[in-house]
Amino acid sequence: MPINKNISELPKIATREGYGSTLVELGKEDENVVVLDADLAAATKTGVFGKAFPDRHINCGIAEANMAGIAAGLAACGKIPFISSFAMFVAGRAYEQVRNSIGYPGLNIKIGATHAGISVGEDGATHQCNEDIALMRSIPGMVIINPSDNIEAVAAVRAAYAYKGPVYLRFGRLAVPVFNDREDYTFELGKGIVLREGRDVTIFATGLCVVESLYAAEKLAADGIDAEIINIHTIKPLDTELVAASAAKTGRVFTVEEHSVIGGLGSAVCEALSETCPTKVTRIGMYDKYGESGPALELLHKYGLDAEGIYQKIKETL
Amino acid sequence: MDRQELKKIAHEVRKGIITSIYSAKAGHPGGSLSAADLFVYLYFEELNIDPRDPQMEGRDRFVLSKGHTAPGLYAALAHRGFFPIEDLETLRHTGSYLQGHPDMKCIPGIDMSTGSLGQGLSTAVGMALAAKMDQKDYRVYAMCGDGEIQEGQIWEAAMFAGHRKLDNLVVIVDHNKLQIDGKVEDVCSPYPIDKKFEAFHFHSITIDGHNFDEMDAAFKEARQTKGMPTVIIANTIKGKGISFMEDAAEWHGKAPKEEEFNVAMEDLKKAGEALCQ
Repeated sequence: MPINKNISELPKIATREGYGSTLVELGKEDENVVVLDADLAAATKTGVFGKAFPDRHINCGIAEANMAGIAAGLAACGKIPFISSFAMFVAGRAYEQVRNSIGYPGLNIKIGATHAGISVGEDGATHQCNEDIALMRSIPGMVIINPSDNIEAVAAVRAAYAYKGPVYLRFGRLAVPVFNDREDYTFELGKGIVLREGRDVTIFATGLCVVESLYAAEKLAADGIDAEIINIHTIKPLDTELVAASAAKTGRVFTVEEHSVIGGLGSAVCEALSETCPTKVTRIGMYDKYGESGPALELLHKYGLDAEGIYQKIKETL
Repeated sequence: MDRQELKKIAHEVRKGIITSIYSAKAGHPGGSLSAADLFVYLYFEELNIDPRDPQMEGRDRFVLSKGHTAPGLYAALAHRGFFPIEDLETLRHTGSYLQGHPDMKCIPGIDMSTGSLGQGLSTAVGMALAAKMDQKDYRVYAMCGDGEIQEGQIWEAAMFAGHRKLDNLVVIVDHNKLQIDGKVEDVCSPYPIDKKFEAFHFHSITIDGHNFDEMDAAFKEARQTKGMPTVIIANTIKGKGISFMEDAAEWHGKAPKEEEFNVAMEDLKKAGEALCQ
């Protein structure tokens, strides 16, 4: 896709906005859609659903484990629950409830996890979950979607609804550039999107790191490095065919994610390539570290997850 | 149903518990035996269910939050006609549908997969909430262990159920007073159990969990209780019916060896003869 604007000129919307707005649309279409929250309805954006459908918005209070279980009971009785909290609490605190009460019985429940990654910002490390993808990937059958902008967030929520079974949806707090606003944009669960074709290196990116990688590719191009950029919105099931094909083509792979390099997209790509097309991979992400307090954009810069940081890392690694 | 008839079924269920756990060489006899009479009352008297149609819409739901006592539940389900009684001996065998803990995906009559303590009650609360949202009149029953209620999630669920006035929910606490490491009051006392649930806006009833008349009265009272969920604290004897297992924490989670199995079956034979007199 062509880049003809400075990244700062793109409109910015947080992906959690698309979560809330699409829940309202789904609520209109299907009366079995119910939304659960744990005292964060304003932050997770499920509050807009609560306004539209107060009888189908269930605030469980600050009790994420119980929320997961209540959703299991509702799903067993035919409801389609979306449960919502910060990634730290719904994937972290309620991990075992998600595994045993949702995953193991294979119930049709969607987990809307907002405020993932270090872009939570000022709240700091206790609220910045960089481990949720690793946790959720380990649950058999769990689908994981990490949309890259608000347009993709809307499509992801719809895809999660259409899919029968547990899905983990990862959203951010930070307003991020909207760049998928093109006519031919389509979202297919489990399929990566080639945003830029290239010959020298492949960058597999996910979430807010996708647009940053696109801009990093422009800087690399100026240095004569032709990068292929692939948006991996569905981390599980991973589009292993596309991952292997691009790796075979360029012979050098980078992964970029706002998540620990342990257990997330980087691990998933390494696992896939080691079995299908062994290729040198450099993982860009949080290097076995906790985050810290600070404005989100400053933190993304400090931890090398903005376009400049991605560019620098690739330059110094090649 | 005639009380004597219920006692005979409970006797058969106890045989099922011992034979299935002996066959599995693993399992939890103590809590299965303490809850056996409750399982029988629920499945033969209280619950609106149909073994020919386990997924019947509008059926009452039962969640065994203390999922490790599945052998007791399985024996009751088998005797109620949900699956063949002889299948009980496949308990915990590789490839058997009778998993060590209840699995809703493959066991007829199981409404929720449970086993990790503290989680089942929340799912029952979700079911009771679904009934209220859909204005359906089915009721939801959950059984917890008295050790299990040490889990914090139980109280999250209780707070929510009381807050939402879920009067279609009945929580049964199998109060056998023992957990793996000893007496519940020594390990970490949950007492007073009734006052705790009352503080979460439950109606509480305490009964002898081996007395069908008391169960009958309690479940009737629960149906008549409006505007709040009910907790039935059932005083039971862990290992009830097997001489050497009664009130013995070490029989929480182990299978009898051949000699012990023979003694247990002899105990049951004598009890069976007494029932027939």
